[in-house]
Amino acid sequence: MTEQIPSATAPTVAEGEGHTSSPRLWARVPWTRVAIGVGFFVVAIALAYLRAGNGDVVRQAVLTGILIGGVYGLVAMGLTLIFGVLDIVNFAHGAFLAVALYITVTMVSRLGVNPLVALFVAVPVMFLLGAGVQRFVLAGAMGKPLENQLLITLGLALLIDNVLLMSFGPNPQSVKLPGDTGVQIFGAVATVSRLLAFGVAIVLAALLYVLLQRTRLGTAIRAVAANEAGAQLVGIDTRRIYMATFAIGTACAGAAGVLVAPLVTIEPTTGELFNIIAFVVVVLGGMGNVIGALVGGLIIGLTEQLGALYFPGQSPLLSVFVVFVLVLFLRPQGLFGKAS
Amino acid sequence: MNTVTDQSPDQSPDPSTAPATEPAPLPRPIWGRHLLVLAVIAVVLVPLPLLLPPNTQAVAVRVLIFALMAVGWNIMSGFGGMFSFGHAAYFGLGAYVSVWLLVNHGVSPWIGLLVGMLVAAAFATLIGFLALRYRLKGAYFALSTFAFAEMLRLLAINSDFVNRAVGYNVPLRPEFSLAFMQFAPGSPAYFWIALGLTVAAIAVSILFLRSRTGRFLVAVRDDEDAAAAVGVPVMRTKLVTMALSAAVTSVAGTFYAQYYFFIDPDVAFGSSVSIQAILPAVIGGVATIWGPAIGALVLGPLNDVTATLLRNPPAALSFLEGRAGLDVIVYALLLILIVLLLPQGIYGALRDRWRRR
Repeated sequence: MTEQIPSATAPTVAEGEGHTSSPRLWARVPWTRVAIGVGFFVVAIALAYLRAGNGDVVRQAVLTGILIGGVYGLVAMGLTLIFGVLDIVNFAHGAFLAVALYITVTMVSRLGVNPLVALFVAVPVMFLLGAGVQRFVLAGAMGKPLENQLLITLGLALLIDNVLLMSFGPNPQSVKLPGDTGVQIFGAVATVSRLLAFGVAIVLAALLYVLLQRTRLGTAIRAVAANEAGAQLVGIDTRRIYMATFAIGTACAGAAGVLVAPLVTIEPTTGELFNIIAFVVVVLGGMGNVIGALVGGLIIGLTEQLGALYFPGQSPLLSVFVVFVLVLFLRPQGLFGKAS
Repeated sequence: MNTVTDQSPDQSPDPSTAPATEPAPLPRPIWGRHLLVLAVIAVVLVPLPLLLPPNTQAVAVRVLIFALMAVGWNIMSGFGGMFSFGHAAYFGLGAYVSVWLLVNHGVSPWIGLLVGMLVAAAFATLIGFLALRYRLKGAYFALSTFAFAEMLRLLAINSDFVNRAVGYNVPLRPEFSLAFMQFAPGSPAYFWIALGLTVAAIAVSILFLRSRTGRFLVAVRDDEDAAAAVGVPVMRTKLVTMALSAAVTSVAGTFYAQYYFFIDPDVAFGSSVSIQAILPAVIGGVATIWGPAIGALVLGPLNDVTATLLRNPPAALSFLEGRAGLDVIVYALLLILIVLLLPQGIYGALRDRWRRR
């Protein structure tokens, strides 16, 4: 019986995070943790060397992991922003990414343009789609229990996936980036499309960070995340901010969708995989922490690749889930959150 | 925390939802009435497969499988308020354990059903203990259940032990036999077995709710701190609930495998299975005894309705011919609309309206 008493008095870590306390969108860099992280990284690589017994494989895994990790980071930044500000666990994030994939496929096959050109269409379209979904579907469920929003976004994900299935059919499709050759970096090979995906993702992530830190809109978004009632008192239109935040988050998924289009097999359900990974990254980085999401993305990208070396024959996703569960249990506030 | 599952006590005197922190005298007749209604429904449904046209019997069985999964989910996530997004884990364990025993050791699916229940309950207790030990709540709890289901799927895909991604075909027997749960295609026996299992599951959920643990559970859901303060064993109550919920859902998995003769990791552990366990309960009414069954009654036939529509679309919808995915689109829309407009579900809304009168 006594074992229940602490649970009754101790604050629950998970629920206070991200909403009542400030979600630390602008957290200072915790240097000691960075040092610990780098230490982990070195040990992980050393273990991978021992397991694989071959430097080339490890270098390749690290490079691929970092490159795809940047894109994971971009996807997760959108998701974590939505969580931090709207307090919604968005299961439809991956489905939005899938929409962007199909926008890219359609533009490339119909217009014959470079896949990256699709950014200029997909990002605005996804921004508007996100705004519309928030305004007309999710606004009705704001302030309702978590399960309601979760179920609605789940319904949205099913809806979008299957509208894509109906419109484009179940056959896998692919997109080619013109001039997509391999490039030697530190004894490993990366394709141009991966390098571009990483580079553009980092630039967009930086832009998002500047937007949040330096603009009026960004300040308002952070204010709503920190304290909704306070933000309303100083004259911020919180409903508009909710809409803008969801739109920006969705646009992140859209941009990431275009970037990964040349890297993946495009099917209506491709988005699900990114959704799962984005959740892991968001929890890892701390729900609501944008910079944490970017770092978490890199970590998960590496985990996936190195995990494939540790457990050959198992799906790389398995190690991602193992990390996920460990983080959920041991540091539910994320790697960068304060211990409670 | 969750008004989907909570009815405020003042407007719902139903003991299934009212907090019952102390063993106060409850209006017993309501429980008796639920059981009586269940018995009547069961008896009325028995001749159904003999009356239905043969091709609709598969629909009736699907409705019952949906109901069985959702009744299990509802015990933990509805009455218990612990939102699970990973009931595929238990469904899949029920399916895999029974089929593995049957294929490799010739064990009857009836024994497999019991072993599957035990394995699923043990697994639920394990992950429940971890989740509660580390005090996961809300979104974090749901995500952890999801992660465990996905881990089982990935392990199954990559393990020779369970045939990897190929899965299993249930071996056909030379003769039909009740002992091995195998009958002629379209035999009403399948319907009767599914009906029996579903009725038993609903009866178990009714009896569980009126049991001591069931009343503890509702108390814990409504106010965990208060319940703990008056001496409710919170951890034990939650673990028993999760184990029971998992066992019920695993039965659906076992029956599914024997009815469709085939399982693979996606069919058994895929996230769409978890969704199928949630949907009937949400549509019918979360934390109500009849909600899951009513939701299943709505969802089960949907697939066939849309399939017929797509095979032979009216002129206005001719562009839909031969396309897949419409059934999921319809139930996704249904899900969104129900959550937005009718958060109590169909049964919950009807009950509230009827009470107010």
